[in-house]
Amino acid sequence: MIELTSLLTPLAILIVLLLAAAWSTWLERRLLGIWQDRLGPNRVGPFGLFQVIADMIKIFTKDDWIPPFADKALFVIAPMILMIMTLLGFAIIPFSPDIQITEFDNALLFVLALSSLSVYSIMLAGFSSNSKYALLGALRTTAQMLSYEVFMGLALMGVVVIAGSFSLNDIVHAQSQYWFILSQPLGFLLFLFAGVAESHRAPFDLPEAETEIVAGFHTEYASMKFGMFFIGEYLGVIFISALITTLYFGGWQGPFLPPIVWFTLKTVFFVMFFILLRAAIPRPRYDQLMSFGWSILLPLALLNLLLTAVWKLTIGV
Amino acid sequence: MNINTKAMSLHKIQSEKNPQTLSLAMLPELDSLLRGSSQQQTCVDQILTLWIDKTLLIPALKLLKGMQQPFDLLFDLYAVDERLRLDKNTIPAKDFTLIYQLMSVSRNQDIRLKVALPQDQAHISTITGFWPSANWYEREAWDLFGIVFDDHPNLYRLLLPPTFKGHPLRKEFPGRATETEPFSLDDERLAIEQEALKFDPKRWGMEENNKNNDYMFLNLGPNHPSVHGVFRIALQLNGEHIINSVPDIGFHHRGAEKIAERQTWHGFIPYTDRIDYLGGVMNNFPYILAIEQLANIQVSERVKCIRIMLAECFRILSHMLFFGTFAQDVGQLSPIFYLFIDREKLFGIIEAITGARMHPSWFRIGGLAQDLPQGWDRMMQEFIDEFPKKLDEYEVMVMHNSILKRRAVGIGKYNTQEALDWNITGAGLRATGLNLDLRKTRPYSGYENYEFEVPTANNGDAYDRCQLRIDEMRQSVKIIQQCINNMPQGDFKTDHPLTTPPNQRSKQDIETLIQHFLNVSWGPVMPKGESCFAVEATKGINAYTLISDGSNTSYRTRIRTPSFAHLQMIPKMAKGLMVADLIVILASIDFVMADVDR
Repeated sequence: MIELTSLLTPLAILIVLLLAAAWSTWLERRLLGIWQDRLGPNRVGPFGLFQVIADMIKIFTKDDWIPPFADKALFVIAPMILMIMTLLGFAIIPFSPDIQITEFDNALLFVLALSSLSVYSIMLAGFSSNSKYALLGALRTTAQMLSYEVFMGLALMGVVVIAGSFSLNDIVHAQSQYWFILSQPLGFLLFLFAGVAESHRAPFDLPEAETEIVAGFHTEYASMKFGMFFIGEYLGVIFISALITTLYFGGWQGPFLPPIVWFTLKTVFFVMFFILLRAAIPRPRYDQLMSFGWSILLPLALLNLLLTAVWKLTIGV
Repeated sequence: MNINTKAMSLHKIQSEKNPQTLSLAMLPELDSLLRGSSQQQTCVDQILTLWIDKTLLIPALKLLKGMQQPFDLLFDLYAVDERLRLDKNTIPAKDFTLIYQLMSVSRNQDIRLKVALPQDQAHISTITGFWPSANWYEREAWDLFGIVFDDHPNLYRLLLPPTFKGHPLRKEFPGRATETEPFSLDDERLAIEQEALKFDPKRWGMEENNKNNDYMFLNLGPNHPSVHGVFRIALQLNGEHIINSVPDIGFHHRGAEKIAERQTWHGFIPYTDRIDYLGGVMNNFPYILAIEQLANIQVSERVKCIRIMLAECFRILSHMLFFGTFAQDVGQLSPIFYLFIDREKLFGIIEAITGARMHPSWFRIGGLAQDLPQGWDRMMQEFIDEFPKKLDEYEVMVMHNSILKRRAVGIGKYNTQEALDWNITGAGLRATGLNLDLRKTRPYSGYENYEFEVPTANNGDAYDRCQLRIDEMRQSVKIIQQCINNMPQGDFKTDHPLTTPPNQRSKQDIETLIQHFLNVSWGPVMPKGESCFAVEATKGINAYTLISDGSNTSYRTRIRTPSFAHLQMIPKMAKGLMVADLIVILASIDFVMADVDR
């Protein structure tokens, strides 16, 4: 019986996540529509909710074309890496006190490791496509993700210092008095920036800046392989939102409502925030983004860590 | 005595209104250079037109460019095939004429130099050495007429594909597809075409590598999200830095100038709408005014006012699209949708007035297609009451955004002199601080009666070019308001034998009925002459030069479009910047490929 639940929980989470990622495309299109004074998809099903199904049918039945000039093996593997790495990340997220796939002490390091690994997906996609636009996109992504990894890790250290643990469960429990957003506002902002850059969403969507380099690293991708990148991006957004919720907004904690509802509400809020960013802000230039990272975010992240450490040592919580 | 002074003052006013009246006596240096070897031609547009010897051309151009109050703009350069002209004996050229039209900003005057070229020696030295913007104009003349420019740096086809045979604007070249062999693309031809498309960096004037690195060549376009149509730029990249960029145009070439030689004067009006397809009636404007100048047709004040109102509406429409796409190309996704909604409202008004949205073809020789409908003023008033407030909001959203400022300020910068050398007009020129707007300097159609300002800026960068167009929209709103307030009464069409559609009298009087019948079936026959008219269009100065040899079609129609000149400057603007900057530069130029390729 125990074995069955331990199998069923991950499966259920996997399905829910994939559906959530699929429907967040609908959410994005509807919200963008509302913010941009238009309707968005509203024809298929109630509120256009079944648009996602129609899109899935389309994307599954499309010609699964691999360009003859591409490196076939890598070309096929690349989108899988992204999906797998992002999905693996969810394994350590405490959705509620009882819903969590696995739990271990260095969970946060695991998260950072996974996000580093997912860079390979984009890099390989860009190189294996053997196309110039894909190559430029991959170059931009690799540089961007590697740099923002650094600030992401450093920003997280503030939380780790206060909670005194790398374990996400411990971090959530440490927030029972107050949310870490209160003690780590700067850390939260840094993590948010890094998170947007990591999931390469607008305004940090330089790897796939369509007005500049067409579709960036996935220019040559079609059908479900493109779909994997597409869903992978939304999974990334959900993952970053879930992390923000867990690390800075008390995770599943909250009054009256059941924990899973609190967790979902908070996460959806941040997913919507990601979408709002896309509707509102133009895109900086690639070198501006990099210098913003290295010359502003990095010193700030170090400062944040320093202040947190001083605070912890002097006042001690 | 009294009458005489009146006539004098009238003459004075006229010469002020027509500042382009220039005589050779006013240019003593040029006169002494030519030493009486030139022959003057009188044109209806009053531009000083001189036939000069081929050998004197370059000294004359250098002199005009370098003199006090120089002729600093190579306004246009084009050729004419004179071989089939009915009034051939009136001109010195037997085969080809090459026309250099210069404009002086400080004098506010034009001059036209004509060089006769015999068919067997149709070559002349290039002027690209001292006038960089001549490059494409000379290539175009070679492409379409086969006139060879000696020592030209890259005399390749510009508008037509590299494998094209013949020079289509020559009179012997068929103007209709039915006069040629049916097109077929067999394997052999396909292979030839494919071969011709292969990219050879050397042919584009780029080196493949230097000592330290190999360059990457990126083909931006002809299908790319931010080239706004079918436009190709070959980029030589070092990382993301642009070492060199070479624009490639001609994908949208439809031979509008050739079509003009086949359509009647009246029948060509709808073609003009599609030259700058965002400009709508703004394109009819110079064409119709050039014809009216040719035939000396005067229109009523009401017609003038309606024309201005509609033209300003299209200026707003074109600038709105520019503004939205500019924001979008910088990565701001929302403004374009807001602007499209407002555009839609204005299109609704245009539709209510003209019956069409983007291409109304609503101006006619000597008037308009119809009078304004009832209630037009209420609709228009509603729009211009509401629009400026929204524009303020959009301006804050886009132009005050710090990321956008970082992307656009200082990008694609040039100064006034460079702009003039490269034949830049419109907002691109005014952004450098030079206040050149034909609506002010050479008011046409009654612009002198309107109160508006010409916004200028100082930096000449992408940000200023965008900001200027926003300010221009506000001025256009101001002009439209004055049109609503002071719309004169009168006919919407002049009572003149050459105007279309006919007047009421044709139903009672057999002579006017015959005239009407001929105007419709043959098309009106315009008097002989040459007429150039330039207007301040949405994207810069748009001019039509019409040469009539007294028949029912134009002998030669030259369309001088602003976008053609503007694209030529891209390599200079983009050098050393990054790919993302190039996109901002492209967005800030505001070009339409149909306007470039015609």
